[in-house]
Amino acid sequence: MTPLLKVEKITKKFGDFYANDRISFEVNKSEVLAVLGENGAGKTTLMNILFGHYTPDAGNVNFEGNAIEFGNTNNAIKLGIGMVHQHFTLAENLTVLENIIIGRQSIFSLSLPKRQARIKILELSKKFGLPINPDELVANLSVSEKQRIEILKTLFLDCKLLILDEPTAALTPQETDALFSTIRNMIETGLSVILISHKLNEILAVSDRIIVLRNGSSVGEIETHSADRKKIAEMIVGKKIDYPQKKKIPRKSKVLSLVDVSYNKTDAPNLSKVNLDLYGGQILGIAGVAGNGQTTLAKILSGHFKATQGKIVFNEAKSVLTSPKSFMDLGVAYIPEDRNSDGIVGDMEIWENAIMTEMDDPYLRNSLGIINKKTSFDRSENLCETYDVRMQSIRQRSRLLSGGNVQKLLLGRWLMRKPKIIIACQPTRGLDEGAIASIQNLLLKAQQNGSAIILISEDLDELLTMSDDISVMYKGMLSDPTETSSTDKLSIGLQMAGDGFL
Amino acid sequence: MIEFIEIIFTAGFWAATIRIACPLILATIGEVLCERAGVLNLGIEGIMSIGAMVGWMTVFLGADLYTGILAALIIGGLFGLLHAIFTVYLGASQHVTGIGITMLASSLGFFCFKLILPASTTPPKIKPFQPIDIPFLSELPFLGPAFFQHTPFTYLAILVVIFAFWLMNSTPLGLSIKMAGENPMALEAQGIDVFLVRTIAVVLGSALMAVGGAYLTLSAFDAFYFGMINGRGWIAIALVIFASWKPERALLGALLFAGLDAYQVRAQQLAGAVIPYQFFLMLPFLLSIVAMVIAAKRTRYPKALLIPFRRGERH
Repeated sequence: MTPLLKVEKITKKFGDFYANDRISFEVNKSEVLAVLGENGAGKTTLMNILFGHYTPDAGNVNFEGNAIEFGNTNNAIKLGIGMVHQHFTLAENLTVLENIIIGRQSIFSLSLPKRQARIKILELSKKFGLPINPDELVANLSVSEKQRIEILKTLFLDCKLLILDEPTAALTPQETDALFSTIRNMIETGLSVILISHKLNEILAVSDRIIVLRNGSSVGEIETHSADRKKIAEMIVGKKIDYPQKKKIPRKSKVLSLVDVSYNKTDAPNLSKVNLDLYGGQILGIAGVAGNGQTTLAKILSGHFKATQGKIVFNEAKSVLTSPKSFMDLGVAYIPEDRNSDGIVGDMEIWENAIMTEMDDPYLRNSLGIINKKTSFDRSENLCETYDVRMQSIRQRSRLLSGGNVQKLLLGRWLMRKPKIIIACQPTRGLDEGAIASIQNLLLKAQQNGSAIILISEDLDELLTMSDDISVMYKGMLSDPTETSSTDKLSIGLQMAGDGFL
Repeated sequence: MIEFIEIIFTAGFWAATIRIACPLILATIGEVLCERAGVLNLGIEGIMSIGAMVGWMTVFLGADLYTGILAALIIGGLFGLLHAIFTVYLGASQHVTGIGITMLASSLGFFCFKLILPASTTPPKIKPFQPIDIPFLSELPFLGPAFFQHTPFTYLAILVVIFAFWLMNSTPLGLSIKMAGENPMALEAQGIDVFLVRTIAVVLGSALMAVGGAYLTLSAFDAFYFGMINGRGWIAIALVIFASWKPERALLGALLFAGLDAYQVRAQQLAGAVIPYQFFLMLPFLLSIVAMVIAAKRTRYPKALLIPFRRGERH
């Protein structure tokens, strides 16, 4: 049998950097091929080549025996390749229907066949269990609804090969399950899928075959049924992974409590009467679908937002807090959700980012109050070494660091201050297995040293392995904490969808 | 005091409003097309100016008035293409390119004018579009002289609004333009060439701006002189925001501004002796700023406005 897709020795360079180096693989009809690899291993680049966003420097791709014309998305679509991108490719100012039908006729055509399209969309929506309202504006949709539109968009094309680039990054476990059952439906109708994901459990559950990329090269191919989670993880990273081992430590005194904290403004999701107690040495996990107020809570706890009502009490004494700086001085460390825009300044050098929050320290300044480069460099080198931030030089611009290294730099910068409270928002989101393990180990170590940690995450596996207690956030309300040992994924997932909230 | 209110019940006021609004309507819709595709076109003032010159000169050299409009359309499209090459294909700064085009186009227009007519001290004149009476409707009391005794160019401008409304809402091109200004990556993912869509929008929009300029020399006045656009392009930029990037609201905004301007001239005549005329000159701008502040609060910019799209690069 000839394969549906045959990729031969694809090479793509960005400058001197090989994003893809002679990668070859095949996809058969009705097969799910998983592509795994660390951030920056070249997965998305490879998919962008297949779909016509990029033109490779060398190599061939055959689809049903015909060579693909590179650098032309329209050509890929016409051949029958569909792609769900890592970031939504939707225009928020248009309706669902408009987003789906655009591009299906020439831009010089004088009419939009909206009526026929609506019928077909509703049929597909019914057939694959993807309920939508075609006339809704995309801006009004939730993340999972947007994901549905992305899938419908590709189904509308009648594609034969579907590329899914991290399709579950923003979904709840239930929504993820629904997505995978849709994928299985599609495979039964003869579709083939290339699936990219960081979540090994998903890959093992849904794929037939796995290829692993590392540093732009293909390092292995394996049938899923003969694969083993640990082995794949090691293939991805290229070395043994030191998985975090949680040790429970006795609770210390209360370090933080929130009493009826509310937030009622239009600039962020609101909070209604959140109560919370946090103790030294405790990791409190907060689960919830993005956009239910977790970020607002984190920003209030780090001083970026001011609660409209309620009390925040640190160390049993109510303090008047006015700025993020005053929170920092009380020992609060804040790992922002979007590390690249809120955590570091990408165009500044690594050493500058490493000491940015430490400018109060006289050690880093000379007698005139000007930055002392020598001590600052020493401090930065020390930080990078202690927390294993891998870079070429501290004079390098920070945006060139991989996600995992940015996070280690950020977390390291806080840990150097020995924080009493760490507010960690999605600390491992979008990172690969190796980096996840290092970040989690660092957090656990901080807990051993007595820090209290609020861990906000959408990854239930992470919450269950890391937390002592878990609360769920839904529409700005926070549930009472449950001990981790007495709960499971299913019940947390139900709560995330609103179960148990008034 | 009652005279100030009576102004708006005269047919002359309404006729003047429409006359003043026409170049603004054309220019604003032109800018709407560009910005909806994600490209700010600050070349507008210069493109209007060269459109006014080329349209006028074509007629002065012997062609008919409609050929004059066509010539303005073409020169506007060419300058639009220049803007698109720099901002769309080369990803240059839209601000810098736009200002550059304004300076180039307005100076080049006047330079060519002087080359062809070196000796003229008083601007030579052409016979511009004449008002035509629309059968029956023009005989209506009040409404007739106010709305149905305009030049053909005026009716053309209204047709352009309808055309733009249809284009933006009912054609694949209009949809593509809106998507190009919101999320160009989404457009590429649907198999459409973002560069092509943006270029078409900028060329078409710039052509309309030039026609807006030509309205001044072919319909409103009968001569061309340097500086005659007099900030109308910049007003159009503001009207785009007032219009929330919608053609039908551009019509409304242009009429509002033009109405204030027409009112101001008449109020000056009434009260010129008591209140300095500069106060009245200022009024339309002042009130436009107020209207803008109110309207702009709820407005939503095209998300990809000012952001060049680069193919095949990491995002």
